[in-house]
Amino acid sequence: MRVGATAAISLDALVHRRDGRRVLQVDRWRLEPGEQAVVVGPSGSGKTTLLSLLAGLMVPTQGVVRVAGEDLAALAAQGARVVDRFRARQIGLVPQQPMLFGVLDVLDNLLAARHFAGLPPEREAALGLLVQVGLQGLERRRPSQLSRGQQQRVALARALVNRPAVILADEPTANLDDAHTEQVVSLLAARAAAHGATLLVATHDARVRARFDRVLRLDAQGSAR
Amino acid sequence: MSAWRLVRAYLTARPLMTLLTLLLVALGLATVTVVTLATGQLESRLRRDAVGIDLVVGAKGSPLQLVLAGVYHLDVPPGNVPQSVLAMLRANRMVAQAIPLALGDSFRGFRIVGAPPELMAHYRATFATGGTYQQPMEAVLGATVARSTGLGVGASFVGSHGLAPGGPEHEDDVYTVTGVLAPTGSVLDRLVLTPVESVWFVHEGEPEDEDERRILEEARELTVILVRYATPLAAASLPRSINAVPGLQAASPAFESARLFQLVGIGVDGLRAFGWLLLGMAALSVLVALVQALSDRRRELALMRLLGAPPSRLFALLLMEGMVLTGLGALLGLAIGHLGLSIVGGWLAPHGELPLTGADFDTIELFHVAVAVLMGALAALFPAWRAARTPVAGLLAEE
Repeated sequence: MRVGATAAISLDALVHRRDGRRVLQVDRWRLEPGEQAVVVGPSGSGKTTLLSLLAGLMVPTQGVVRVAGEDLAALAAQGARVVDRFRARQIGLVPQQPMLFGVLDVLDNLLAARHFAGLPPEREAALGLLVQVGLQGLERRRPSQLSRGQQQRVALARALVNRPAVILADEPTANLDDAHTEQVVSLLAARAAAHGATLLVATHDARVRARFDRVLRLDAQGSAR
Repeated sequence: MSAWRLVRAYLTARPLMTLLTLLLVALGLATVTVVTLATGQLESRLRRDAVGIDLVVGAKGSPLQLVLAGVYHLDVPPGNVPQSVLAMLRANRMVAQAIPLALGDSFRGFRIVGAPPELMAHYRATFATGGTYQQPMEAVLGATVARSTGLGVGASFVGSHGLAPGGPEHEDDVYTVTGVLAPTGSVLDRLVLTPVESVWFVHEGEPEDEDERRILEEARELTVILVRYATPLAAASLPRSINAVPGLQAASPAFESARLFQLVGIGVDGLRAFGWLLLGMAALSVLVALVQALSDRRRELALMRLLGAPPSRLFALLLMEGMVLTGLGALLGLAIGHLGLSIVGGWLAPHGELPLTGADFDTIELFHVAVAVLMGALAALFPAWRAARTPVAGLLAEE
């Protein structure tokens, strides 16, 4: 699925409406493979909507959204199962809340992502990822036994475990203090780079925005500038 | 990570609910198992004990009582009949075999049965040690009797008057064991066999002269006579002709045991229905548990969809949870049922009168487990359908 010369993310004439009201508009935007960028804008500017469109969770009202060279609307036309499988294997998601399986331990939370993507477990690789995000020795802990920062690292490791082409992070530092914000963002950028994944972070946090060169700005009406 | 691991994690995450549902399923299936095994074993035992016995002839009274006393040795006989009845039966062309039995005493709760050695031959009994009796006051012990009393060949004992334990002992009349039978799986295992004459001698006392001896001998009676027909046609006329004789009755073991099962069948069916009712309640419990789980796991189900699980996977997961829950409960129920039957069997009938064992296995039990699992699956259908419809589109926007 990864196409070397193709943009990792491309948006063309994208318009998305909700209840008849335009909530997002991006005329043209590209992110090349391995690049890192942030989407910034005030609350309600459409950052999360954009990430949902990029994750194939929604189909845009107009325009084309491509991820790893694939037109997501075309994939959706082939059936929800096709989009689900594409998302599971090509896109790593780091949500605002860590959203972990409370009944599973840390390692199984990572392996669950491979299981639901229909991939073999690769336990050693998952353990290696936990070391990379600084969670060595905690693989048998339940999420409830971890701090919020540690939980977010588990979510990051989970986003990487299927070796996706693109990582989408939605306000990954929300509710984190300065120290944890710095740690999580550094880790996110470093691990994405190490894995050769393209990274797009939605944030309204100036501390996060300052770390990235490429920025997609959305105004309060959801238009890209 | 596997679906099984995830199901196990969810089940162990709410131990109380899981345990309660497991117990409901287990108790329901244990009840069904006990009833199934017990009725099966009793029917099989009654059939085996009565094999080759077409008719029981004895004193007038309840025919069921006569069969219970004469064939299964579970009840007291309605009375005795004159010796001449035996000669009359043996002279009848429709009778292939007539085995006389004399009852009256017991030894440590086991009945002492006066009978010719052909009774042992009838049940194809073989000797574990020793051999058959040759004269009065010699005895052969059934396998259960020997094991329970610890007596062997050469040992002596005295009988107690009456068929129930605790009667006065016939202290002057000592039996000597000449043989111990190998287990037959029949009523013979719990009988003490001796010549018919032994029973007469013990109850007659020593005659003072020849006249008294003659009077005593003429008064000798038999308790029952087990009859095998020479021809199937005998079933139509022989019982009727015997029943026409004053003081005599003929009862068919096959007919009476069928009637007995009809009588107890209502209770058995009631117990079986109770077991299935418990299983039905367990299925409802599965439904409630999974509906509750849907609400608790709404976000995790959506997360599964986010991670690539198609709706069918979520459906299968909930279905599997219901099936695993009832399947495990059913296996637990089987174990409890078998263990319970062994305990109840030993408690109800320490002398093996009702030979119930949990070591027996009936293939229908596999069907019961399958039905329980199916009930779990049916109960999980609705929650599974709801889970499969979990929306994923708004998951990120919820944050």
